[in-house]
Amino acid sequence: MSGDSATVQLTAKDYASDQEIRWCPGCGDYAILAQVKKALVGLGAERHNTVFVSGIGCSSRFPYYMNTYGFHSIHGRALGVATGVKIANPDLHVWVVTGDGDALSIGGNHLLHTIRRNVDITVLLFNNRIYGLTKGQYSPTSPLGKKTKSTPQGSVDFPLHPLSVAIGAEATFVARTIDVNVKHLEYVLERAAAHRGTSFVEIYQNCNIFNDRAFEYATSKDQKHDTTLQLEHNRPLVFGKDRDKGIRLNGMTPEVVALGDGITEDDLLFHDERSAEPSLAYLLSRMHHPDFPEPIGVFRCVERSSYENLLWDQVKTAASTDAPDLGTLLQKGDSWVVD
Amino acid sequence: MVTAAKPQDAKKGTMPVVELEAITVRFCGDSGDGMQLAGTQMTNTSAIFGNDVSTLPDYPAEIRAPAGSLAGVSGFQLRFGSVKLRTPGDQVDALVAMNPAALKTNIADLVPGGVLVVNEDAFSDANLAKAHCDTNPLDDGSLDGYQLFRIPVDKLNTEACKDTGLTGRAAARCRNFYALGLIYWLYGRPMEPTLRWVETKFGSKPAVASANAKALRGGYYFGETTEMFPSRFLVKPAKIAPGTYRTISGNEATALGLLAAANSAGKTLFYGSYPITPASDILHELAKHKNFSVCTFQAEDEIAAVTSVVGAAFAGALAVTGTSGPGVALKAEAIGLAVMTELPIVIVNVQRGGPSTGLPTKTEQADLNQALYGRNGESPVCVISASTPADCFDMAIEAFRIACEFMTPVILLTDGYLANGAEPWRIPNPASLPQIKIRHPKPGDSYQPYQRDDKLARPWAIPGTPGFEHRIGGLEKSDGSGDVCYDPDNHDNMVRTRRAKIDGIASTIPDLQVRGDKSGELLVLGWGSTYGMIATAVEACQAKGMKVSSAHLKYIDPLPKNTGDVLKRFDRVLMPEMNLGQLVVLIRARFLIDVVSLTKMQGKPFMVCEIESKIEELISNGKTS
Repeated sequence: MSGDSATVQLTAKDYASDQEIRWCPGCGDYAILAQVKKALVGLGAERHNTVFVSGIGCSSRFPYYMNTYGFHSIHGRALGVATGVKIANPDLHVWVVTGDGDALSIGGNHLLHTIRRNVDITVLLFNNRIYGLTKGQYSPTSPLGKKTKSTPQGSVDFPLHPLSVAIGAEATFVARTIDVNVKHLEYVLERAAAHRGTSFVEIYQNCNIFNDRAFEYATSKDQKHDTTLQLEHNRPLVFGKDRDKGIRLNGMTPEVVALGDGITEDDLLFHDERSAEPSLAYLLSRMHHPDFPEPIGVFRCVERSSYENLLWDQVKTAASTDAPDLGTLLQKGDSWVVD
Repeated sequence: MVTAAKPQDAKKGTMPVVELEAITVRFCGDSGDGMQLAGTQMTNTSAIFGNDVSTLPDYPAEIRAPAGSLAGVSGFQLRFGSVKLRTPGDQVDALVAMNPAALKTNIADLVPGGVLVVNEDAFSDANLAKAHCDTNPLDDGSLDGYQLFRIPVDKLNTEACKDTGLTGRAAARCRNFYALGLIYWLYGRPMEPTLRWVETKFGSKPAVASANAKALRGGYYFGETTEMFPSRFLVKPAKIAPGTYRTISGNEATALGLLAAANSAGKTLFYGSYPITPASDILHELAKHKNFSVCTFQAEDEIAAVTSVVGAAFAGALAVTGTSGPGVALKAEAIGLAVMTELPIVIVNVQRGGPSTGLPTKTEQADLNQALYGRNGESPVCVISASTPADCFDMAIEAFRIACEFMTPVILLTDGYLANGAEPWRIPNPASLPQIKIRHPKPGDSYQPYQRDDKLARPWAIPGTPGFEHRIGGLEKSDGSGDVCYDPDNHDNMVRTRRAKIDGIASTIPDLQVRGDKSGELLVLGWGSTYGMIATAVEACQAKGMKVSSAHLKYIDPLPKNTGDVLKRFDRVLMPEMNLGQLVVLIRARFLIDVVSLTKMQGKPFMVCEIESKIEELISNGKTS
């Protein structure tokens, strides 16, 4: 037996299983896998108390590559399985790895309800805007007009925006990061794992086979400073290579403004990830390329009791006020004795 | 708890008292009239009085169909007796009809010459029109064949409640208790248990408590005072095995059995479910008992309910989901996942009329094939069934016993008739209940996720345990290591192993018992809730000298080991089922014997006489051929 000892500091390698990784060479999933392992090191996660649950799709092979407990479940249902795991044993650290099809199409209902309950699990949504495992059909996050095998004339579906959905369901932790932005990815993963409640992280992930360069606008060196905006708590929304642009609110509408010429940082929208009201976070989630820089970082991080804590509080209170005795329970109500 | 109540003193005087072995009473009225409550109260009272009881609630799927309409009629039938009862009775000896619609939809079940109590006040022109009555049946002579008692229940009830502070509609809502009081008097039932219930239920609302008590007493004293009824009836207490008893419905029994199993195992009980008729009462019951480390999770849908159960089982809880057929349809893929991951979960299917939404509040046994075959691939699970409301308790424990011993999903089939029906239950001593033994690998044990014990079960290593970190999932597994494996021979072996594991359960279950001679002309073979009707019909035929026996299957996959031997000792086999012969097909295929199928798909249980006449037909045919 090779049990962990609390005193041994594990390295990223220790979190790797002995299974050969079968993602396509060049897939964004590799970078995410590496950063998750690093984040676990940073968190000091115990392997035996860590559970990765997934659904179906390329990303959902993730648990097989981790030397922790893992469950590769069925399409769309990882959140149901994870909820059961977390309720049954709230001491476990439960991660869910899912994709845009898994979480937003077949599993959309579970995403809404897991988030609203605030079950303490960390959800990593690998968004590559395509169905990869089934070889290239459009997904619920593919843009309108997307040409794929199943939409040769272009998709006529309007896409879902994952963070808008999560914030609409009042997620207590919402963040976005990018597979190739490894430092940022690691930071967001650690923040997400540290949060108590449902943490929802959208990760822009490149599928180099079926939807290559879908996020090039947000990752290429010469564009990314103008197309993305790094969120910082209590800081104004500033972006651009020379940090000379910002986001200002005009009524309820955000607008891009150039700093200078009478406009200072004080005129800009300040980011408040702890705002109890989710409207500002929602507004940020509506900023899309090419009209706006797309925010990355933590959109929202607020405290609320987690589902399993509230449930177990009821269980413990009930047990302390009404000591369980099966004999008494079975006799409850009107009973009578036959001699 | 109370000691057995004494019979209410029959009014001294000239009123004759007729003693009977058993009586069947049905209350019927609008679904808002409180008929289920009146019936439940009389059931508990009769049980406390010492009778055996059997009940058949019958209510519409609509919560409140338009008042007075035929669609909105709700009924509750109970049979109480001084002898062992296994059914709620084919026909009713007394019918209480609170309005014309109730009378119209139920009168056919009243025996000729039976007692018919009607709420005369409800027979207005408007109500007669709603019930599509062209003439008033109280006046048109159509009820001449019954003992009709026209009681102005509304007026008398209003009068009885007048000093309680309740008026109008609030007072009118007590009329079920007024009618109940009258029936209590007629059948010599004690009022105390119901008065006690009123006090407990409405203690915080004194006006409501007082009005209900006065209505009950008002009805009782009306019977006693008026000379309307020519006689009263007495049903003596039954000879019942000593013990402490309560009445229990199938859903209550299922819930308590699941809880008792978890208690025995020293485990958290996780119940993940989505509300569905007629299974929701299991969720309601378990939600009340969180102090037993019961976690109830009302999921967002049937799929989340079952997948949460799979997750909870993976994490080490005793995990169960309850639903009805439409819910099982949605759960099929996740049950397959539990087959592949070999996790111990229990699925309770409280069957109702199908297909699709079907008859939500009516009973049926037509989900057997769904339980046996309703998943993709070769996906065997253990399938067991309960025979009576109280048997749900034992079979719920048995479901977890098998699930944990064999690391497999177990489907427990009950149905609407068992779920809502009630019977007296001898309360078991918790120490005498079957023990659920759980074995998790311990530090130092050799471990592979899919290494197998002598029962072919894999080890249940749970997250949180150092050293046993492993990954499972829906992809085919390599036997032993549990690694993902597409090897043809491995798949062939795993498919056969999963089937062999279920077959092996047969070594741990009781033999099929024959009631009556072990061989003969005819065996009546049943499963599930037809038990009471079959046993009663066969006993009646045996008493007439027919060479007929009965046997009842509680385990369907696997079947008891001696099933084939039992069947082959009889010339013919008759199988009554509330489906189109689903188990018949299996029995014929497995044992290569002919079976006569008797089927009924009316959303209600067989009547004893229906099975009896089929037995008579087969036996007399056998003689002439």
